[in-house]
Amino acid sequence: ANKNHRVSSSRSLSAVEVKSKFGAEFRRFSLDRSKPGRFDEFYGLLQHVHRIPNVELLVGYADVHGDLLPINNDDNYYKAISTASPLLRLFLQRKEEADYTTFGTDSLSRKKNTVLSAVLLRPDTNRKKPPVIISLPKDFRPVSSIIDVDILPETHRRVRLYKHGQEKPLGFYIRDGSSVRVTPQGLEKVPGIFISRMVPGGLAESTGLLAVNDEVLEVNGIEVAGKSLDQVTDMMIANSHNLIITVKPANQRNNVVRSGGGAASGSSGRSSDTPSHIIQNFMARDLESDEDDEDLVIEAGGEAEPIRRTPSTYSMPSMPRYEPHLNLRTATASTFSINANGMLPASTSSGSLNHASATLTAPSPDRAMKKRSLEEDGTVITL
Amino acid sequence: MMKFRFRRQGTDPQREKIKQELFAFSKTVEHGFPHQPSALAFDPKLQLMAIGTKSGSIKVYGAPGVEFTGLHKDLSAVTQIHFLPGQGRLLSLLDDNTIHLWELVVGASREVGGVKREGVVSLQEVGNYSLPGRPGIESCSATRVTVLLLLRSCDLLCIGTEGGGVYFLDLPRLSLKDTQTLLQDQITQSLPDDHRCGKSLGPVESLQEHPQRAGKILIGYSRGLVVLWDLSTRHAEQLFLGKQQLESLVWERSGSLFVSSHNDGSYSVWPVVSGNTYSHQPASSTIPYGPFPCKAINKILWRTTCTGSPVLLYSGGMQRASYGDRHCLTIQRDKDHVTLDFTSRVIDFFTVHSIEPEKEFDDPSALVVLLEEELVVIDLQTPGWPSLPTPYLAPLHSSAITCSCHISSVPPKLWERVVNAGRAQQGRQRTHRSWPICGGKNRAPPPRQQELLLTGHEDGTVRFWDASGVALTPLYKLSTANIFHTDCDPSDDPQDPSSDPDMQQEEEEWPPFRKVGCFDPYSDDPRLGIQKISLCKYSNRLVVAGTAGQVIVLGLSDDRSAHLVDVSVVDLLQDREGFTWKGHDRLEPRLKPAPFPPGFQPLVLVQCLPPASVTAVALHAEWNLIAFGTSHGFGLFDYHRRNTVLARCTLHPNDSLAMEGPLSRVKSLKKSLRQSFRRIRKSRVSGKKRTIATPTRKIQEANAALAEQEEVAPVQRRIEPRSADDSLSGVVRCLCFADTFLRDGTHHGPTLWAGTNSGSVYAYALEVPGIGLGRACERGGASESSVCVEAVLGKEIQLMHRAPVVSICMLDGRGKPLPDPYEASQDLAIAPDMTNAHSVLIASEEQLKVFSLPKVSAKTKFKLTAHEGCRVRKVALVVFSSTAQEDYSEHTLVCLTNLGDMHLFNIPGLRPQVRYNCIRKEDISGIASCVFTKTGQGFYLISPSEYERFSLSAKVLTEPLCSVQLDRPLEPTPASDGTTTQPQANGTRKNQLGQAEGQTEESLSSLSSPVLDTPLDSPLSCADLTIDSTGEITVEDVRDFLTTVDEAENNLKNISEEEGRPTGILIN
Repeated sequence: ANKNHRVSSSRSLSAVEVKSKFGAEFRRFSLDRSKPGRFDEFYGLLQHVHRIPNVELLVGYADVHGDLLPINNDDNYYKAISTASPLLRLFLQRKEEADYTTFGTDSLSRKKNTVLSAVLLRPDTNRKKPPVIISLPKDFRPVSSIIDVDILPETHRRVRLYKHGQEKPLGFYIRDGSSVRVTPQGLEKVPGIFISRMVPGGLAESTGLLAVNDEVLEVNGIEVAGKSLDQVTDMMIANSHNLIITVKPANQRNNVVRSGGGAASGSSGRSSDTPSHIIQNFMARDLESDEDDEDLVIEAGGEAEPIRRTPSTYSMPSMPRYEPHLNLRTATASTFSINANGMLPASTSSGSLNHASATLTAPSPDRAMKKRSLEEDGTVITL
Repeated sequence: MMKFRFRRQGTDPQREKIKQELFAFSKTVEHGFPHQPSALAFDPKLQLMAIGTKSGSIKVYGAPGVEFTGLHKDLSAVTQIHFLPGQGRLLSLLDDNTIHLWELVVGASREVGGVKREGVVSLQEVGNYSLPGRPGIESCSATRVTVLLLLRSCDLLCIGTEGGGVYFLDLPRLSLKDTQTLLQDQITQSLPDDHRCGKSLGPVESLQEHPQRAGKILIGYSRGLVVLWDLSTRHAEQLFLGKQQLESLVWERSGSLFVSSHNDGSYSVWPVVSGNTYSHQPASSTIPYGPFPCKAINKILWRTTCTGSPVLLYSGGMQRASYGDRHCLTIQRDKDHVTLDFTSRVIDFFTVHSIEPEKEFDDPSALVVLLEEELVVIDLQTPGWPSLPTPYLAPLHSSAITCSCHISSVPPKLWERVVNAGRAQQGRQRTHRSWPICGGKNRAPPPRQQELLLTGHEDGTVRFWDASGVALTPLYKLSTANIFHTDCDPSDDPQDPSSDPDMQQEEEEWPPFRKVGCFDPYSDDPRLGIQKISLCKYSNRLVVAGTAGQVIVLGLSDDRSAHLVDVSVVDLLQDREGFTWKGHDRLEPRLKPAPFPPGFQPLVLVQCLPPASVTAVALHAEWNLIAFGTSHGFGLFDYHRRNTVLARCTLHPNDSLAMEGPLSRVKSLKKSLRQSFRRIRKSRVSGKKRTIATPTRKIQEANAALAEQEEVAPVQRRIEPRSADDSLSGVVRCLCFADTFLRDGTHHGPTLWAGTNSGSVYAYALEVPGIGLGRACERGGASESSVCVEAVLGKEIQLMHRAPVVSICMLDGRGKPLPDPYEASQDLAIAPDMTNAHSVLIASEEQLKVFSLPKVSAKTKFKLTAHEGCRVRKVALVVFSSTAQEDYSEHTLVCLTNLGDMHLFNIPGLRPQVRYNCIRKEDISGIASCVFTKTGQGFYLISPSEYERFSLSAKVLTEPLCSVQLDRPLEPTPASDGTTTQPQANGTRKNQLGQAEGQTEESLSSLSSPVLDTPLDSPLSCADLTIDSTGEITVEDVRDFLTTVDEAENNLKNISEEEGRPTGILIN
């Protein structure tokens, strides 16, 4: 293998060596780094080379830090391909018998379950319990993201906060201030709007994407220049279910460094003091989506339904006749974000995906259902 | 990627042209009484009266409908006005010591509402002058002007100054005649030796021209010396050696004597005998209200009459200890002596009398008194000197305005009955004299329709005003106080004290006081305050709802009646447990039959419990139903069968504030007010640039530093979506009746809609006997439901953004608003389209949204707040007619935002049409008081006593159009671009051409008026709200303030009581 390595290093720009393990079997093949293809093609290829065409697979790979990370969509597939040096080590599991706890920081360099069993209060009963299953990132609903990296100046950051009707406060304050602009006439002091305070435990603070003294430039695509503090406040509140703020961060050292092609890229592992996040480029239709804006109509019979485009999976439970609002409790909503953090114990490292998943929370399609049942049972799951 | 940016519509030239024919913004006229008047003048030749205000505006009034307005560039208080009689010119003296010359000029003809209007006269400044020297820097500048005298010849202006000098200006060129200046030493030289004491004579206090001999003027100095000065020979003809501090001088018509008034409350009569150089003593000296110390007689008039004894009129002079705080004016003639007792300060007064030189006597016909809060005119020719009703300048704020309501095209029958009811009220005090100020000609076309403006007041009255024309005239006053037991004597009501001559003739009392005027800001019981008004102009049903949860249904009757009012109590809390109302009690209804004068008479009183302020009412006279809402819920009442159909609680379980009533808010508002004052004080302290270190200055500095320490936190706003737990989420903001499709698309029927503060909308299907029979049959319960009205909840809509629902209205199959009750059934409007699907337009503070019915699925929407950062305050559906095509009109949604902008949207497409900048955003009371007419005009309060009338329509506007016959030729002035930009009082008038233009003017007025207009201790003063932008009162405070009417109102009351000052404006 060493010999091969040396030979292949000259080719490493174009090809990626793949070593795939399923059960006790290994397969080796190579992929073109510049044309990796899509994830579903890759998935088919794996099923083909292992000769297990109808087996549902959970695909994991070892990243540069030795963490076992999942591959389940185009993004993390490209990530895996692009960071493989020189070898991409894959670990396949049957989905039905998958051990999700193996994913995470340092998961490959230590014995399985040790950290988890240390965390659990009753290690003796642990064995009887089925392992707690956490969902994969695609099953999570994002709570924040940096968007439009490719079209914004590097000094600016466009942050999207997803309120999704949950009870966790957005948790920030804005104030008037003045900022210095460079104009053809020289430096000019202009009034501006700044973030003045973060509420501890609020959504804004937990994302780490906004900070005190960041200058607010736009709210959902509308420039705030010339608008009063009250106007900007109202605009933000009116957009609070899906707030997109373009800021000029006060701290310009943590800016996203764009890779040459301008394509989306993570900043995984680049520097240890840089907080890293998923960077998504959303399609325009996402931004115009009105899903969260749907008003609730309760027919006299007591059946509640969102007003438009009712998806089949999204069924609202019937409501008591005189209760106009979903009575979501703070505890139930925050539980899920704790889930995500709690299940990934050593999130202090600069690992990429795990950190990112800390900014994800409960999945959306069945969230109403879950909350409802939690509330009705009176039970709150804490982990 | 950037698609989510707000997309602008492409401009279609065709559409732009139609828009221009439909929409145009202008502020047309100000109704009511000028805020803070400071000067008065009268032109006896042209019969015009001018009033100057502290904000620098001049308003000229003649016959009803004749009005001119001018606004000084510097918004300094107008201290004096003098007409150049007959010339249509006037001079104004401002507080900043400048003299301005104004002229009535003929504007270029222009097209208004499709009608060409020619020769429209307006008031314009043509020149100004200020005396050399640096007045205003020191408070006692020698050249500070104290008095002005315009000679009868109108070519010379004499200026008396603080330093005692008299200067002369050539008119109308406003140039100083240097050589003529008369300094004090010239006078002192001619004084007899024993009167020369080395002291100055004091400022010039009065200048009066000899009534017969031109060129001779009387100069009165503050220390008491009066000189008859000959202008041509430049020497003192006579000296009158008065020793008492002088206040004013007046000539007798023949010039044989003059009268001086003094600061000790005395007046002296001095005979003028030629050849007698020195007069040491007056012929007589009287202290009318002596012998105890008296206040000064500020101004005195002496008018001769053909019957012999002169009429003496003077202000002030009251006994210092007993009546020093009264605002009085005395009319005296022989034995007749009346002391007019006003409720506000006397600014100035004049008499209307004959001016023809050939007449021997003055024979005054009327006395016109300008008070701080109203204008009072006394008929001096009718025995008993009764007061004349004013056809304009009505004191709208005689009790603070709490709400208003406009009724367009009033049916003639209703109009006549309201006018008659109003006449019956005034019957006894009527004098047959006509209005004495009758100059100019009203050339405005007669109004196309009669319009009523109804104002609700703090004292429980509803006043009906004729709003058809330029002059807002009172028609009728309805009092609701006599339905309840109140502390005041029931016999006081509903008649105004002043309107009852029996009460004016008080028993032998000295001084013989007579209460005059109707300004009475003190309410007997704040719970009587009117919050909502709804009038059905076809059935003459009126619903009036007040601060203590009272909802009164009234009917119009031409006869006096004494009957017991039915009372129904509706518990809006229903079965909610655990709430206790800590606010005010309900008003106790009268148990015995009360007498009701002709007019609107109460039929039913519905009392909401808890007795929180009523926040919404709706009336459907065809179904005999009223709906009403408070902060706790809403109810539906059948006033025909006198039974409650529905009561629904809208309280959110977590909302404790709504229950606590008004008390809990006192602290927060008080605190923010206190902070505001601190800030004002601080800014004043730091604003001064004096460098002299005095002990007081050091203390001030220390205080300022202390104040600075206290307010460390910068202005910041919390960004948090509205939640269901927000306080007062259950406040019912709007109610609406409609005949529409709620349950299915085939059967329509009566429905009731209610919207709350937290974005909830409730829709009920109503079963009204005899209406929508199809429904009743279908449900099978026809026989039962025919007995009484039933309401069944049809739908609940929760707007996800949870913003308060400002308005709900139904649109028919063609997307047109449904007509009012009776309009369709009596063929008064085009019948609604009931064949195609209806839709409902829900306007919240943040969004406008149209939903189709009966499915309630969103059709169109406009997210105003998300796009513009402004919130919807008022919404109205208006019909705009085209100036070009006679029969073309469009239904438009007019939307007033918290920034004072008017946004117009088409319906049901909700596409923005045009936007105008209308009210200053700091003017919260202005925005809150705005009402719209159905044809595109509107009103809002620019001060507690004045409505600004504006028009959004290119076709329908009501503005003064008048002409005056002048001595000098009227030359048309070339207009720059066909539009005249006329300034208006309080800096509000502008013909807006574009945004930019409007804004520059806006900034000008916003700079000055907050400081000038409002007393700083008025809780609603703009000063506080300006400070808001730098930050003490939070948006929430203001928002809450506007929504929680009853609380805010009571807070204000508390505060105003503490401060011992009347409250400003109370608006819902």
